Amino acid sequence: MTESPAQTARRPLDPRWFQIGALSSLLGWGLLGLDFDLGGPQALVTVVTALGTQALGDRLAGRKIELKSAAITGLSLCLLLRTDHLALAALGALLAIASKFLIRLGGKHVFNPANFALAALVLTTDAVWVSAGQWGATAFLGFLVVCLGLLVVQRAARADVSLTFLAAYSGLLFGRAVWLGDPLTIPLHQLQSGALLLFTFFMISDPKTTPSSRAGRLLFALAVAFGTVLVQFELFRPNGLILSLVAASLATPLLDRLLPGPRYAWEHPRPGPLPERSFA
Amino acid sequence: MTRRLTLFAAGSLALAAVSPAGAFCGFYVARADTKLFNQASQVVLVRDGDRTVLSMASDFKGDVREFALVVPVPTFITREQIHVADKALIDHLDAYTAPRLVEYFDENPCRRFYRAQGAIPPMSVAAPKEESRADRARALGVTIEAQYTVGEYDILILSAQQSGGLVTWLTENGYQLPSGAGPVLGSYLKQGMKFFVARVNLAEQSKLGFTYLRPLQVAYETPKFMLPIRLGMVNANGPQELFVYALTRQGRVETTNYRTVRLPSGDELPVFVKDDFGNFYRDMFRRQVRREDGKAVFLEYAWDMAWCDPCAADPLSDRELNELGVFWVNPMMAEGPSKNVFVTRLHLRYDNEHFPEDLVFQQTGDRSNFQGRYVLRHPWKGDERCREADEYRQGLPARFEKEAQTLAHLTGWDINDIRKRMKLEAPTEEQPWWRRIWE
Repeated sequence: MTESPAQTARRPLDPRWFQIGALSSLLGWGLLGLDFDLGGPQALVTVVTALGTQALGDRLAGRKIELKSAAITGLSLCLLLRTDHLALAALGALLAIASKFLIRLGGKHVFNPANFALAALVLTTDAVWVSAGQWGATAFLGFLVVCLGLLVVQRAARADVSLTFLAAYSGLLFGRAVWLGDPLTIPLHQLQSGALLLFTFFMISDPKTTPSSRAGRLLFALAVAFGTVLVQFELFRPNGLILSLVAASLATPLLDRLLPGPRYAWEHPRPGPLPERSFA
Repeated sequence: MTRRLTLFAAGSLALAAVSPAGAFCGFYVARADTKLFNQASQVVLVRDGDRTVLSMASDFKGDVREFALVVPVPTFITREQIHVADKALIDHLDAYTAPRLVEYFDENPCRRFYRAQGAIPPMSVAAPKEESRADRARALGVTIEAQYTVGEYDILILSAQQSGGLVTWLTENGYQLPSGAGPVLGSYLKQGMKFFVARVNLAEQSKLGFTYLRPLQVAYETPKFMLPIRLGMVNANGPQELFVYALTRQGRVETTNYRTVRLPSGDELPVFVKDDFGNFYRDMFRRQVRREDGKAVFLEYAWDMAWCDPCAADPLSDRELNELGVFWVNPMMAEGPSKNVFVTRLHLRYDNEHFPEDLVFQQTGDRSNFQGRYVLRHPWKGDERCREADEYRQGLPARFEKEAQTLAHLTGWDINDIRKRMKLEAPTEEQPWWRRIWE
């Protein structure tokens, strides 16, 4: 596609708009086509709480109110967090956004907000769960999610984390199947999960909480993949992806110190050196 | 002699007096229990924390000398961890959780009154017989870790270094292994699992006097909340039917590696379905399986064990629950409704192509109730005249047509056949609206 000089000069659209669009479509699909256990009220409470907490946090921090990231967090929680209690849905959104303001190291927040809230609630209460299987393995759905996700990731310039994770995780699943003598339909079935793709392309790739250098990000992605397999096949617990990402995020500050790299800013969604001017 | 490998084989029938209590959710008419389905296995999974009690019911029909059960288990099993249960327990659980048909009777639109009615289905049971045993084997790398006789069953706990040795040993000992079982056994062995192998001890069986196979129960502690189904698919001729009843303290159970889907429920159906509920349910289930590309596990019931509405059978007593392995209820405690037991009934039709890996479950915090429930509404047939009654009568054809379409949609039955069975006349022409004004 050729670009006119005027277009080139214009700042590219913030990739978060693509994420919001993709997550909203997925949510619509989940609600209408896949019978997600999620009522309209829960979705509303989640998104509104996320936006409200963000606005309050920005105000207290004396910053311009910026809601796009909070909307993404709210939508991610709608897609993954299940509970019978609206209060817990609200608490999830509150924890997610609050973690961004409160749990910080080296000027960056440590955890992907939605992932932090899910892990915190799943570990501390029996009343919250993640229905990883609800997406089913329909190839069509998987395909669509990949396409939408890739689009988002490429705009957000953190495709390296997603692809490394996916390659490592697939390798581990296939390796395990070969070692066990299982048919390859088993790892294929394990990979055909909407929840996995959602996680890979929308959560682990969060540019604000992944290590700043490429080498750091590759190590990070490998750690998440190994951690997931460990939780799934050694501890036999659900939510391997989420727990593994939370654990790996703790190592991000260390990776950033050992392997420093340019900080990411949403306004400049391109890899490479950037001026130190990040807003959150 | 050779034994046919049965993974979980089963089938059951409802017995039990049924209380046709009328209530908010309609009057109970009939249920679709597991006997509707051929080659159905039933498994009760009691789970709290890592503690698990697995009960397996078999509907094995034929010479019991050919019966063998081979189940991968995650830990060594001692004699005290094995028990033989009363079949009636699982039959009762089946009846209590079965999808149900309910009916309502429209009241006189001019006045209001209700009537109740109940009806019950019949029953059947399988019959079998006897057998003995043999052993040898270290050279094959097979270890008989333990052997017990429990009730009418001879039980072995086997481990092995390699699947080849295990296959040879099992074959030499009369277990007819389907080709293709080797790799599956090998996979379980590498995952550190042992094998629980049961066959019928004919002498014990005749001593005990049972003419059918009672469910075997195993209690163990493991973080693995799963059900091995792969062995059962090796020799399957066609898809198999499995019912899983999960009894938990906290809430609904779902599969984490397959979609868990609620069956359509609450739909109003033509009244003739009352005499054809079994066929209706079978065809509806088949259609739902197809809708999900054969890859889903279906939720048929999720309810707090303390009650039901309407009841297809009474809730299980604390004593029955205890027998099934619900270790946190105490049958000695005073009677009370708060049993803290949540039951989930899952139904799946599986084969190798659509269910490549074992079922993995998780317990959710969801305590909302769900039941497979289908509704018949008997029209009011009085001849009283009033404006409401006239409107009511005029509305009936549209309602019947909608019921017919619902039924066709759910089952895939031909809409014209349905209309014929309903004796639906051609839609009557609408009364002009003004006729009702000055009546």
